Amino acid sequence: MPRKRDADAEEVEIDVEDDSDSDDGGTKRRTNRRQAAGRGGRGGGAKGRGRGKKPDSDDDDEDEAPRGRGRGANKKRPAKKRGGDDDEDDSEDEAPKKKRGGAANRKKGGKAQDSDEDDSDDGKGKKGRKGGKKGGKEDEDGKGKKGGAKGKDKDDDKDKKKKKKKKDDSSTDSNRDSDEEEEESMSEGEMARLMEEVEEKKKLIANIRNKPWRMKRRLTVLKEAQEFVDKFEGALGKGKGRKWYAYKVMMTKKWIKFQRDFENFRTACIPWERKIKEVESHFGSSVASYFIFLRWMYGMNLVLFGLTFGLVVIPEVLMGLPYGSIPRKTVPRAEQDTAMDYSVLMDFNGYCKYSVLFYGYYNDQRTIGLLKFRLPLSYLMVGIGSFGYSLMLVIRTMAKNADVGGGDGEEGEFTFAWKMFTSWDYLIGNAETADNKYASITTSFKESIVDEQENQKDENIHLRRFLRVLANFLITCSLGGSGYLIYFVVKRSQEFATRDDLSWYEKNELEIIMSLLGLVCPPLFETIAELEDYHPRIALKWQLGRIFALFLGNLYTFLFALFDEVNTKLEEEQSIKNASIWALKEYYANYTRLLNDTDSTPPPMNPADVIRGPCWETAVGIEFVKLTVSDIQVTYLTILIGDFARAVIVRFLNYCWCWDLEAGFPSYGEFDISGNVLGLVFNQGMIWMGAFYAPGLVGINVLRLLSSMYYQCWAVMATNVPHERVFKASKSNNFYMGLLLLILFLSLLPVVYTIMTLPPSFDCGPFSGRQKMFDVIMETIDLDLPAFMGTLFSYAANPGLIIPAVLLMVLAIYYLNSTSKAYQNANMELKKKMQMARDEEKNRRNNKDSTNQVLKDLEDLMPNRSLAPPAPPEPEKPPEPEARPTKTKAGSAGKGVNLQKDVALASSNPSARGPVNRPPGPRGPGPGVGLGPGRGRGRGAPPR
Amino acid sequence: MGNKQTIFTAQQLFYRYRDLAPQLVPLDYTNHPDVKLPYELIGSMPELKDNPFRQRIAEVFSEDGQGNMTLDDFLDMFSVLSEMAPRDLKAYYAFKIYDFNNDDFLCKSDLEKTLNKLTRNELTEEEVRMVCEKVIDEADLDNDGRLSLEDFQHMIVRAPDFLSTFHIRI
Repeated sequence: MPRKRDADAEEVEIDVEDDSDSDDGGTKRRTNRRQAAGRGGRGGGAKGRGRGKKPDSDDDDEDEAPRGRGRGANKKRPAKKRGGDDDEDDSEDEAPKKKRGGAANRKKGGKAQDSDEDDSDDGKGKKGRKGGKKGGKEDEDGKGKKGGAKGKDKDDDKDKKKKKKKKDDSSTDSNRDSDEEEEESMSEGEMARLMEEVEEKKKLIANIRNKPWRMKRRLTVLKEAQEFVDKFEGALGKGKGRKWYAYKVMMTKKWIKFQRDFENFRTACIPWERKIKEVESHFGSSVASYFIFLRWMYGMNLVLFGLTFGLVVIPEVLMGLPYGSIPRKTVPRAEQDTAMDYSVLMDFNGYCKYSVLFYGYYNDQRTIGLLKFRLPLSYLMVGIGSFGYSLMLVIRTMAKNADVGGGDGEEGEFTFAWKMFTSWDYLIGNAETADNKYASITTSFKESIVDEQENQKDENIHLRRFLRVLANFLITCSLGGSGYLIYFVVKRSQEFATRDDLSWYEKNELEIIMSLLGLVCPPLFETIAELEDYHPRIALKWQLGRIFALFLGNLYTFLFALFDEVNTKLEEEQSIKNASIWALKEYYANYTRLLNDTDSTPPPMNPADVIRGPCWETAVGIEFVKLTVSDIQVTYLTILIGDFARAVIVRFLNYCWCWDLEAGFPSYGEFDISGNVLGLVFNQGMIWMGAFYAPGLVGINVLRLLSSMYYQCWAVMATNVPHERVFKASKSNNFYMGLLLLILFLSLLPVVYTIMTLPPSFDCGPFSGRQKMFDVIMETIDLDLPAFMGTLFSYAANPGLIIPAVLLMVLAIYYLNSTSKAYQNANMELKKKMQMARDEEKNRRNNKDSTNQVLKDLEDLMPNRSLAPPAPPEPEKPPEPEARPTKTKAGSAGKGVNLQKDVALASSNPSARGPVNRPPGPRGPGPGVGLGPGRGRGRGAPPR
Repeated sequence: MGNKQTIFTAQQLFYRYRDLAPQLVPLDYTNHPDVKLPYELIGSMPELKDNPFRQRIAEVFSEDGQGNMTLDDFLDMFSVLSEMAPRDLKAYYAFKIYDFNNDDFLCKSDLEKTLNKLTRNELTEEEVRMVCEKVIDEADLDNDGRLSLEDFQHMIVRAPDFLSTFHIRI
């Protein structure tokens, strides 16, 4: 394209222009003069200029001259093109000066001093103009060349400026004197005008920092403007305004600072941000996404912990009956000898079992303590509330993440450009942070490169599809196989349960098979997934889903076994209950018979000696706690051995080994994202299921998450290496959240089932003695709430009300769903439109004049076409082939199709006549700043 | 990170400037002595010393283009890099900073230099080439194979964290 030229082209262009100055007539001279005035009259003109109508554009002009080499020339081009505009500009420029001068003259009468002043001003201007023509040329030449000349030029400029400034100062002084004398005689119009100028100045003061000027210039202009405002504001009776203004500015600054501090404070409140950033910078966002997930879990568990401990555990500890007062709070006599043994405690028996950690410890008193705290009700509510809270939180987070994912649709447009130009944080002033930042930038570039390569991959679709189908088939087979295996083993174990002569293997068969499956299957899946050749991010999701399916089997067997156990416990309990009731009755019978006293005092038995049921709830709770603790142990040991020991061996044995351990076989471990995420998810499932039966479990889990945050952060930084293909995690963690939601539902089911159907133990826990656990609620409604509430509840529980409500909800969901789909469609449409607009803009820029057939026809019709400077089209031609290759290349690099079309369009139009209307030189944009409006205007303007 | 978050005044900045070389800079600046601090001193400021673009920053803001700064240049630099500076101004100077060969265009060589500085040469040549091509492909509106200031501004004003990253606090 002819517009893009280098500095040397620029030089040529200017020369041509200056040569043709004489015969070209009006327009050129005018522009030149304008330039010169801008240059020469800098200091002197600054005042008048500042007061001029368009200080901004003028100042830009002035500013460009000294710094952007060739920027001035660039600016000149549009100015020339719209000759008329330029005229106006000039007149506008000068008008205020003149006006002012005139006004001053009028005001000041025939003051000699003042007229002198004006004269000198004028003279200066003229001189500046005259010299400016030459100087301007020189200037531009000098700037055309790079380097040294520029410095000299600048010095010159500076000198000039200084001189001018001095003169200027004196002039302002004298001006002020005279003005002050004449103030009173100002007319209305002048007042208005002055006010306007003051406003302009004020604006200038406010915007001074927005101008890309050198500090010196800024200071000068600022000083002048302030002086002016000071002086004339007083005259206009607005001197107070300044204070108010200063106050406002100060307050804005304070406000901004406060906001910043607040923001800092808020980010400082987010825990482990730095740790995670550090991990992210070395291992990429996918690994960091695990830690973010972990942190999120920690937050949620903290709330659950607060609920359980605040409303259940602590009230019980503070206000409930102390240990040893009733049978359920006492260790039975038979167990008392071993109750403090370490091994027993580690199995959560002994004192642990009869502690506040487990369900059985809680008493069934309706209210406890002075505050009449309804513990049983609170217990049930907290149990249900934790589920409710978790559900809400998970779903809310998912919705928010989805929102984030959909919000930044523009992301894709400038991924690499933004990465390149905005990723370095200029705030970094610390070597370590800088190192991290380097690492993180590199990682993020690598991530994007992987994404991009994935996009560009041209593949054999049929082969890939076949491989993917095959892989899925294989994995389904292995999943089905392991499912059957689990089923088979469970069946067998039920069979074994009735026998006594079992070998060690037969006893532990289920566990062994399960852990073997857990050990073998994930790597197997990973191997099979190689076939599919997905992007690592998608591959991770598949892997997660598959292992999840496998682990579901694990969960299922566990629950199965648990329910079996509960059922046997229930039977046992029934018999014990009968027995104890019978014993009690017998005791009472004996008691009354012996003492002839019908007072039913309880039997004088030590609480440790009372016969008690198995308390299946505590058993379940213990099961879950054990499971959680063993999970913690296994995880930590795996990290310690699998990662740390391996890293140590690889690192230090490498000196004396026959092959390269670091690069070769064992190497360092990679961080296993899928395994860790699933571990976390399943662990949380255990917590949800077990928390109802073991309130202490939440506390254990909080500790676990807290420690594993530090431990895993350390482990990953110390012992792992980044993945081979560092990939970017999807912006929303919604896949993890989805898994979590699934687990939440799965763990909700058994708990709700037990609460709703199984009878609670008769002698332990807050619901003992009731038929069902939720009877507590009924009791509360009946006893504590006013009667109408009870009727209200009974109405609400009526199926006739519930079914319509469900129907209504379904309808609402349907409606919302369809609306959201409609919005989605609209969104897509808009996105498409934006893309199209962008392409169009690109096209238009590409083939400015050449393709615009209509405009060209119009140009042909213009009568004064012949008057236009006859510029030969030949010199125009050469640049085009030069430009074309770059275009094609750039096009083929990426979004090929569109651009290719452009090229075709451009070349199919042989009558590329647009550029004819002026010499080739001026069309090339200065290497300086291509100003948008200038170009835009240049495109369609009819030739003159 | 620079954790002190005062909005610094010219006064403070002057002391910062002077602290760099107390023996060179007089305390009295009323008659504008012509003092320049060499780049070595400017580049060793804690705010700049870890910045991969420190040399470019100094060059762009210094009047002689060599990185030797007068007090005015110094003030200029921090006023542009301050939080209060407007987006366009920042974009303009950012463009200058990334324009290594001063030709007023970001061409491939500029981009490569930027990228290598950002990643400490850790990307392979192939990757660097690809990233540069992508950048040009994304941001080059007029398809001349390099980025003009206009292209750059068009791209950078849409960047979400340009403003938050392109500033220095003292």
